[in-house]
Parts: sequence; C-alpha cells; structure tokens
Amino acid sequence: MGYIPVTCEQREAMLRAVGVPSIDDLFAAVPEAVRLTQPLDLPEPMGEIELASHLANLSAGNAPATELVCFLGAGSYDHYIPSVVNHVLSKPEFFTAYTPYQPEVSQGTLQAIYEYQSMICGLTGMDVANASMYDGATALVEAALMAARVTKRHRIVCSPTIHPEWQHTLATYAEAGVIELSTFAPVSAEGLTSLDGTDGLESLLEGGDVAAVLVACPNFFGNLEDLDAIGRLAHDAGALLVVASNPILLGIMEPPSTYGADIVVGEGQPLGNAMSYGGPGLGFFACRMTHVRQMPGRLVGVTTDTDGNRAFVLTLSTREQHIRREKATSNICSNHALNALAAGVYLSAVGPEGLAGIARSCVAKAHYLREKLLATGRFTAPWETPFGYEFALAYEGDVAEMQDALLSMGYLAGASVADVEGEWPTGIDENLAAKLVLFAATEKRTRAEIDSFADEVVSL
Amino acid sequence: MAHPSDRLYSKDHEWVIVDGDVATIGISDFAQDQLGEVVYVDLPAEGDALTVGDAFGEIESVKSVSELIAPVSGEIIEVNGSLGDSPETVNADAHGAGWMVKVRFADESELADLLSGEDYDAFITEG
Repeated sequence: MGYIPVTCEQREAMLRAVGVPSIDDLFAAVPEAVRLTQPLDLPEPMGEIELASHLANLSAGNAPATELVCFLGAGSYDHYIPSVVNHVLSKPEFFTAYTPYQPEVSQGTLQAIYEYQSMICGLTGMDVANASMYDGATALVEAALMAARVTKRHRIVCSPTIHPEWQHTLATYAEAGVIELSTFAPVSAEGLTSLDGTDGLESLLEGGDVAAVLVACPNFFGNLEDLDAIGRLAHDAGALLVVASNPILLGIMEPPSTYGADIVVGEGQPLGNAMSYGGPGLGFFACRMTHVRQMPGRLVGVTTDTDGNRAFVLTLSTREQHIRREKATSNICSNHALNALAAGVYLSAVGPEGLAGIARSCVAKAHYLREKLLATGRFTAPWETPFGYEFALAYEGDVAEMQDALLSMGYLAGASVADVEGEWPTGIDENLAAKLVLFAATEKRTRAEIDSFADEVVSL
Repeated sequence: MAHPSDRLYSKDHEWVIVDGDVATIGISDFAQDQLGEVVYVDLPAEGDALTVGDAFGEIESVKSVSELIAPVSGEIIEVNGSLGDSPETVNADAHGAGWMVKVRFADESELADLLSGEDYDAFITEG
C-alpha cells in the first residue's frame, strides 16, 4: 500500500469544497483549553540511513527468547516453528486478506480456516470449533458467557489454578454484571483445585445455580487436574464443564471431551506462533454441536455450490454482531485469522504423530530438568503432582537475583509466580508464592543446555 | 392474504387461540412469509413464565433473526418440540402444525389489545 501525502493544491481544494478557510477551523468545536498549542516534543527528523541505524540500535537492546536458552512458560512457550509456517503466512493472499464475507472470492482463506477448525476439533474431541478468539484469556471469558446463555444461569465458578491473568480478564467482565464469579478455596497442598472443604468445588455447587465450572489442565502451575472428578461434580449440579488446555499436550493426553467437557478453550500460541513478548496470541474455542447456536465467534462451514462443487462459507452468521447487533453471542467481532492459519499450517506440517512426538519430548525434558534442578540442592519441590512440561519449584534464595544472574549468562530462568500473580493472587500461601518459580522445557531444549543450566545454578 | 377469524393477532405478528384457560401461540402467515425460510426457532422451556410484550424466544430465517413477543402473559405448559428438528414447519403451516407454545393464561383483559383477522389484515396492509 503506497503512502501518498496530500498536496497543497489538494488541501486547498478540499477546504474550499467544505467551505472553511483553514485546517484549524475544522477543529473549532474542540475547546481551546484542550488543544495542543505547541509543536509535539519530537526529536529532529533523520535521514533514512541514520534512521535505519537508530532502529537497529534500539532493536539490539532486546533480548529475544530465540537468542537465549529459554525455560520460560507461564502461558507462552518456546516451541520450534517449522519454516513452512512463515512461508505460508507471508503469502499476500493470506497476509492481506480481509474478512472472507464473499465466499466467491475467498475460498482459499475460508478453506484454511475450516481446516484449522477441524484440527482443533480433532485435538479437543469436540464437535465444532470457531475460527479463533484473541487469546486464551478471552476464549475462557467467552466460554463463561456462553455457559451463562446455555444454562440461563449467571454464576461462574473459576478454579484458582487458572492463569492469574486469565482470572483477571474474567473478573473484568464480571464487573460489568453479566456473570457473577464465585471464589474458590485456595490452591490445594498438591497445587490443584480443592474439591472438598468449606470453600471447595463441591460446596460451591450446592446451590444448583452455577452455569459453569472453569478449570485448566494443565493448570497455571503445570499440574494435571482431576478432570474426571471435577466434570462429574459440575454435571451433577447442572453446570457446564469448561476446560482450558495446552494444545501441544493434547497431542498425547486424552481429549477433554473424554471427561465430559462441554467447552474446551486454550492459548494456541504453542502451535506455530512466536512468543513475541506475549502476543499476539490465539484463542482456540471448541464445543458440542448441541450448543453451537450459543457459540461466539466466526465459523466456517462446508457446503456445495450450485454446480455441486465442495465449497466453504461463513456459517451461522446470525449469531454475530453484523447481523444480530447488541444481541450477538459475543462482542468480539473479529478473530486472529493469521495466527489461526499459523496453527493450522503447524499442525498440518507436524501431523498427529509428529505432535505426539513433540509433546513426549517436552514432557521428558521437563521431567529431566526438574530432577536436575532438585539435585542442585537450591530448589525444593512444593508438591509431587503429575505435570506436563511445566512445573513449579521453590528457590532457596532471592528469585529475582537468581533470574538476573542467569539472564546475564544467557538463560531465561523461568517465571516468578509472585510476579505473574501480580494483581490477581491465586490464593496460594504468600511466602511460598514468593519462592516459587515456574519452569518449562520444550522440545527445543537439549540435554547439554539443561545440564549447563543446572551447573550454573549450582555456581550461583 | 386473509388471516382466519378463528384467532386473535398481535401487532408483533403473533397469533393466539384461546381455549378455556389455555392459549396457543404462533406467528402469523404474514410473518412467516416476510421472514422467508425459517432455519431455527429458539423456544422457552415448560414452566417458564411469559409476560405480555416481552420476548419469549427467537426465530431465525436465512435472512434475519427476530424476537418472538408474547401476545399474552402466562405459564408455559407445552412447547412444540418438533420445531427443533423441522423449523420449516413454520413456513409450511404457520397457523397449524407450526404453533410454538401453549400457556396457561390468566388475564382475559390482555385479549382486548389483540386484533381480529380482519383488523390484522388491515394493519399489515397499512404497513
């Protein structure tokens, strides 16, 4: 797209056409007091060579995960992105495409979205998946809102082990009054959702007025929840079970549908999307066909055209804002199509067996890393609970100092639980939270990297 | 098209047949014609309360989505479940098999605001 500045003559012609003498007159309605009366405080203009060098210097100040040995997780993971992903993504037909409202000119984009949806259904075991939401957090919120519509109830029970930032997003929506959040007992001693006890799940469901139970598996601490028990409690109380999951682990775990999940959501970043300092992400969202009319988001379906050819179209659009206005199933009127395409290309490239292999590799390396870190004597295990490829350990000293020291040696030494909890504590003991560090190991980590990392920890 | 005089009509295009204290509700033939091919009808559950003038469900056609507005108040005693599988019945037989809900209705006076078939024909002609 070319940038074509307006000429003085064009500006004069436009001013004459609208009948004002100067540009300033166009702003006459803006009160004097709030107008900027001096030039913007900007540095002097630069020439192109100078500017390119300036930007390169700024960029060199970053420490990208790709240039470090990354043990970070807490919602965003350092998985390998096969080169085919970015090759397909950078095709202008995909890169510049707008909403495919016109199927006659959008078959490629529509089919790509349809394939993505189908693969998400395959991973989650659900009947139907939408064309994506913004990220895991918004997908979770939309699942809560959908459950409220399906059950005609508005109380939502959210497990305290869901990512704190996701809980914060949920609370933001709850403030608007559409849903009411019920707080849970603190995280159990095993780093899991508490099922019994005074504030446990069982007692929260007693009123029979809960729309949905939201749970993450693996949870924020990397631990695998007892979905079977949680699902049974939820369904006995007439509530829907919403499961947030990790799409890589779904390559080897039983799909959440096995445990009766009604809606499955999650952050799709691990599927071929860069960490990019936290975004853009990709929210995947899948549910059962019985509830499809209450599902939020764009949906592509397959049909036949007038000549009998297989064809793809946006379908069930009457759920959406451009038709149903304020009564739409969601206020999100867009999706992360390019990120969803990356996920679709990634899954096609690795295939079901490839994905299972990646998941197994991540799990094995994370378990090896945990053993090595415990062997340093600097870390202790807060619990012995089955986990995927992320886990929490308590550090004996100051977490921030340890992370800073290791960063200077080229390691991203996990995420501090207290830092991530920030404004939304999970209810875990504060003294423990201050010591807890979340580590993740993906298929990219090597034994040598893990061994050297453990050695550096010992040398601190 | 003339609307039959065996029932009453609301200006929101629902019809009502009263039999004792039971009112059967559907949408008018004019309404189904305007909507076009009906693809989905979302109805309330038995036991739910209807309030005159409030939405009690939604009807979706290939062109649009409209709310179903209660022509009378009452408690739902029966829902036409067959519309779930064959919503097109509303197009084929809006005044018969395409009925939507039956309610136990309480307030005779609400009927005073409804139109006869003849008045409804005049109302839709005025447009």
